[in-house]
Order: sequence, then structure tokens, then C-alpha cells
Amino acid sequence: MSELAAQNYNRSKIHPQKFLLWIGLASLVMMFAAFTSAYVVRQAAGNWLEFRIPNMFFYSTAVILASSLSLQASYAAFKKNNTGAYKKLLLLAFVLGLTFLVMQYLGWQDLVSIGVELTGNPSGSFLYIISGVHAVHVLGGVGVLFVALMHAYGLSHKVTEKRKLRFELTLTYWHFVDFLWLYLIVFFVLQAS
Amino acid sequence: MAAVKYTEEEELLILEEGHDPHFHDHHHGDDKYRMSFISHYIFSMDHKMIAKQFLVTGMFWGIMGGLMSLVFRLQLGFPEESLAWLKPVLGKWITISETGVGSLDPEFYYALVTIHGTVIVFFVLTAGLSGTFSNLLIPLQCGARDMASPFLNMLSYWFFFLAGVVMFASLFLSTGPFSGGWTAYPPLSALPQAMSGSGAGMTLWAVSIILFVVSVLLGGVNYITTVLNMRTKGMSMFRLPLTIWAFFITAIIGLLSFPVLFSGVLLLIFDRAIGTSFYLSDIYIGGQALDYVGGSPILYQHLFWFLGHPEVYIIILPAMGIVSEVLSVNSRKPIFGYKAMVYSIAAIAFLSFIVWAHHMFMSGVNPFISNFFVLFTLIIAVPSAVKVFNWISTLYKGNIRFTNAMLFAIGFVSMFISGGLTGIFLGNSAIDIQLHDTYFVVAHFHIVMGVAAFFGMFSGVYHWYPKMFGRFMNPVLGKIHFWVTMIGAYAIFWPMHYTGMAGVPRRYYRFDSFEAFSYFGEINQFITIAAVVVFAAQVLFIINFFYSIWNGKKQTTVNPWGATTLEWTTPIEPGHGNWPGAIPVVHRWAYDYGKDGRDFIPQTEPLGENESESH
Repeated sequence: MSELAAQNYNRSKIHPQKFLLWIGLASLVMMFAAFTSAYVVRQAAGNWLEFRIPNMFFYSTAVILASSLSLQASYAAFKKNNTGAYKKLLLLAFVLGLTFLVMQYLGWQDLVSIGVELTGNPSGSFLYIISGVHAVHVLGGVGVLFVALMHAYGLSHKVTEKRKLRFELTLTYWHFVDFLWLYLIVFFVLQAS
Repeated sequence: MAAVKYTEEEELLILEEGHDPHFHDHHHGDDKYRMSFISHYIFSMDHKMIAKQFLVTGMFWGIMGGLMSLVFRLQLGFPEESLAWLKPVLGKWITISETGVGSLDPEFYYALVTIHGTVIVFFVLTAGLSGTFSNLLIPLQCGARDMASPFLNMLSYWFFFLAGVVMFASLFLSTGPFSGGWTAYPPLSALPQAMSGSGAGMTLWAVSIILFVVSVLLGGVNYITTVLNMRTKGMSMFRLPLTIWAFFITAIIGLLSFPVLFSGVLLLIFDRAIGTSFYLSDIYIGGQALDYVGGSPILYQHLFWFLGHPEVYIIILPAMGIVSEVLSVNSRKPIFGYKAMVYSIAAIAFLSFIVWAHHMFMSGVNPFISNFFVLFTLIIAVPSAVKVFNWISTLYKGNIRFTNAMLFAIGFVSMFISGGLTGIFLGNSAIDIQLHDTYFVVAHFHIVMGVAAFFGMFSGVYHWYPKMFGRFMNPVLGKIHFWVTMIGAYAIFWPMHYTGMAGVPRRYYRFDSFEAFSYFGEINQFITIAAVVVFAAQVLFIINFFYSIWNGKKQTTVNPWGATTLEWTTPIEPGHGNWPGAIPVVHRWAYDYGKDGRDFIPQTEPLGENESESH
């Protein structure tokens, strides 16, 4: 080996793009940590409207969890060269993702119907804004899933390093927005009780 | 030359190794990195070009911020003098009375103070300093072809550029730019009708800051990933130069704190745009009660300062890293206490997250909670003192070369001590009752994070100028620049400590109309004159910078300063990809100066037979 050669050195490490994504997710965690701590600080100051979280948000939680599982199964099928399951499960994850967004919207409508408006007491505003910013991130994820669908249905099924990496990046992000919502809904329930 | 086709395997190799092993004799790296004019100078993905873009844009904002400070200093120093001669530039913001005396519009005075703070803190000392040097040095000193994601890196610059464009546009609004202070506290920032700058000016301010946060985050993920993932063979973390440690930890702080500012500003935008009440409660404007109920302006301050305090370390840590490197190279001695330096950077970074409320002692936070923040604030003095001690010990008995970079590095240490000591006063909540919002605070933070960070930046520019442009800056002009700036900066800010202790409040439009403060009229004149002189010296620097790009003395050897680090193993004008052949392998830490009777030993040289790697 020549003095200057630095071959095969980076290969054992985590792929830079995956690492990049993880760090990006860390900054998103901080953003939502800021939102939820603002919620706690503001709640402690009093003058806080108490209300029950509409059931729609619990149903949507189940939907996004199912979507995450479905994508995970699709990834497993992708690696096992099981083309049929790979495509169908991916489509299912995508549809469930869209359904989640629709259900969040219905949840906001339920909030309005029980008299919790966007611009009223901050207690309601926080719920709208935090779930809204989360929904924007889910929307981004749905876009990524759409690209994955295009690949699944447009390209022949080949397990290359590049496509595996792409799938893993998609998977990581989608699980992230899923667990983020889980954290948020648990947070809302605990704070409201 | 025709483009070479690569197989997938070769592509992967180039992605991972960043080079094509078959092109050893190719002068500018390989074909993959060849670029057209637009992709070379404008939408460049080369970290070195992006660094220059950050630097030049930062310099533009430095001049803007400096000019603004001159205008409001003229107002403070000479409140009776006519400013009519500024009418051609400032237009309607200068009102000319019947007797022909031109005076500065008070609202515009506030706007100048606000935008001066905003652009210097964010655009110059964050983007211009850490953006420039992280981009330039992380790949070069770690031994990487480029950043982990050159594309995100390019986006990072262009988001910064856009943020600048939006902020610049706000200067030309008929209602003026935002004028409620750089911290943008509600209600001035949350109610569009609060003052004239709170309307469109504040909207643009908020948009600009959001764009800027995106830029910082895109840059930050790249810096962290590159440092952790793309170091060359042999470059363990404890062989990294302190510059890289500083940039790395700075990026981590930015990544954890800027999203919080993002959240805070987002809630502010909702308050402004759709009428939520996060920060507003029971407000009357012009006798009219507004609808807002139940908001808390203190909440904004918490969110803002959760970024705001780490932000001052985002500004100062890169300067500290640069100074550590420059002091060691120009003392021809290893940096004293390398690991202590690393741990103290980490300690400062950690502590920076649990001291934010010391900006809010007088905002109505619980005084018992203040005690907690006083304690941690004072503890920051410990790692800071470790660093100062190590810098001075590095200089001690060194074979010092007074290059311009070295002068500014020593100047940095001086400024950091002077400004840091006043921080101990301000960190005490009891003393803060007297000193808060006075010129004492202005003097403290200008010296410790304004002037000191600028000195770090100048030091870096003089030191790595040959790496950026293959030429040297003029040393004589540089020396004038240094001495005028060094003496002038103390002349500006030293007297402010006294006026501050006497209770002179910051952000006032004029002092001569107050019985208690008119006494300081001459001090204010002196400060203003010093500010003009210091600004003139910066003009000299700018001239020197641009003149030397084309006409400076040419760099003839690859390693002009006799430094050990990897950036000096590249060709004088490295192409995209940095090293024409393979990436060098590292065998030792970055500070082998004066070891075994040798002046310096590059990091690429293997350890000798009986040599131990000790540090």
C-alpha cells in the first residue's frame, strides 16, 4: 500500500447521507421541544382553557402507526425481492399517510365545533400550531413516499446499494414523523389531564 | 477534454474517496469536478468557493452594519450638529428644519440600532465567520474532497444570500425597517401597528431570520457530518486541529439552538398574521383595546434567549479555534493543553444552554430561579479562563512571529479578557439591577463578542488568505489596520463602561436633554470620533483584501507559514477535490512544533522509529 493511499477507509462507517438525515432530525426534535416547552411554560402561567382532545386525533394516531408498520414491511419485502408485497405495502403506507393528513384536518374541524378556535386561548392555538407544523412535516414525508412509489412502479425491482439507501432514508424519516406524533399526542394527553 | 464515463463501482469510489485513482497526474483532480463559469463562481458546490462567497457577503454586511453605527454614533456624539449632508443617502429619514439644520428621524435611529445588531450578529459574525471558515477549513484540515453534501452546502449559502436580500429590501420600505431592537421582543414585534417599523419592516425581518435559520441548519448538518464521517485515514478526533473542534462544536450548538428561534419566530408570525395570542395580552393601542387575551411576552424572551445565548458562543467559538491555531503556528510551539482546550470548548457549549435567563433578570423572572442562572453563568468563567491561560502559555517562551494574523490573534486574547471580566459583573443578578440596559452592557458584549470575534475573523483572513487566493495581503496595510483597530476599539468601548456604571441607558436617541446624562457629552463625542477612525481602518482592510486578490505578493511555496496541518499539503491553488492525487494519510496530531529539535513536523509524516506521539 502506498504511503498516500487511503483506500477502503470510509466503508465501515455509517453512510454520510444517513448521518446527515439523523442530524437534521435532531434539529427538528429541538424545534418541537421548543414548542412543547413553550406550551408547558405558558400553561404554568394560568388563564388556560381546558378541553378534551377530540377522538379523531387518537384514530389518526393509529393510522400513522399502521402506515409506519406497512412501510417497514414493504422495506423487508423489497430486500427479499418480493415485488408484489413491496409495491402493495408501499402503496398502503402512502395512502395511510394521506389518510392521516385528512384525519388531522377533521380533528381540527372537531376542535372548532367544540368551540376551540385557532385564535382564542393559547391552549387551543398551541394544539393547532403544533399539530399543523407536524402535519407539514408529514406532508413532506408523503411527498417522499410518492417519489418512492414512482420508483417502485416505474423501475424494475433491483436491490442496488443506491436504492436500498434511498429506501432507508425514506423509512427513517417516515418513522421519525410517526414517533414525533406519538410523542406529541402523549404530551397533549398528559398535559390536559 | 471529453467527459469520462464511470461505472457504478467507480462512481461509488469517487463518492466515498472523492477521487479517481487513475488520474494521479491530472492537475485539477478529476473530470468530475470540472465546472463552467456559472457552476464555478455562482452556483458553486466547491466548499472553497462557497467559503469565499460567505466571506464576501459577510464583508458587505459588515460595511453596512458599520456605516449604520456611524450614523447613530454621529447622532449620539453630536446631537446638535446638522446631518443635512446625509440627506442624499438617507432621504426622508433626515428632516431639515426651517433654519437648515438636518436631524435624524428618531424612529429611523431605532431602526439603525436594530438592523446594525441583527446583521452584525447573524450575517457577519455567524455566517461571515463560521460560514466562511467552517467551509474553507473543515474539508481541507480533515482531509476530505468536499463537504458530505456539496449540494446542501450550496443551498446553505443561497438561503443566507436570500435572507440578506430580504433584509436589504426592508431598508427601502417607506415605513422603514424593523426598529424594535435586534431581540425583536413583543409587543413591538408582534403588533404591526405598534410603531412604523413594526409593519412591513418586521414582516421582512421575520422572513429574513427564518431563511437564515434554514441556512445555518443546512450548513450545520454538513459540518457535523463531514467532521465525523469524512476524515482521512489516521485523522482521529484527537489529532484534529482546534479550529475543527471549534467549528464542529459550534455547528452542534447551532443545530440545537436555531430550531428554537425558528419556533419562537413562527409563533410570532402567527400572532402577527392570524391573530393568535401567544405573546400578547390585554393590549391597548391609541385607547383601543385589542382582542389578544392570555399571551405572555416573557415566553418569547425565553425562546429567543434559548437561541440568543448559545448564539454568542456560535460567534466566539470559531474565533477561539482560529486563534488557537494561529497562536500555535506563529509561536512555533504546540498549543498548550490541547485536550483541556477541547474539553473547555465542550464545557462552554454545554453551559451555554443553561444560562439563557441571565438576559432576563430584569424581565420579571422569579429571583430564586435567577440564582440558578447566576451560578451557571459564573461557572462559564472557568473553561474560559482555562482557554485564556492556555493561549498565554502557548505564547510564553515562544519564537513569536508577528504576522498580521498573529497580531489579531493576540489582540483577540486581550479583548476576550477585557470583555470577559465585565461578564462576571453582569452575570450577577443583583449588580444587574443597576447595570442592565446601560452602556456597560453595550461595552461588555461589543468587546467580548463583537470586537473579539472580528479579531478572530481578521486573524483567519490574514492567515488563510494565501489558501483562498494564492497571494498574500499587504503586511504594512495590515499592521496599520491592526494597530488602529486595536487602540480604536478600546477607545470606543472603554469609556462606555463608565457611562454605563453611571446609569446611562442604551438605545436612547440623545442624552443632552437629560440633566443626569448630558454630563457625558464630551465622552460621547470622543467615542464617535474613535468610531469614525476605526471604520476608516476597516476601509483600509477592504481595499487591501480586494487589491491583493489580483495584485498581492504571490504565494510561491505550498506551506508559507510552516504549519503542520493538511490544508498546506494541497497545491497552491487547489482544484475542486483539493488534492490532485490521493488524500494524504495522517500520522500525528496537528501541533508538532519544535519537537525533537525540528521546527515543525507535518501531520502527514509517519512517526519515527523511537518517536512517541505524546501530547
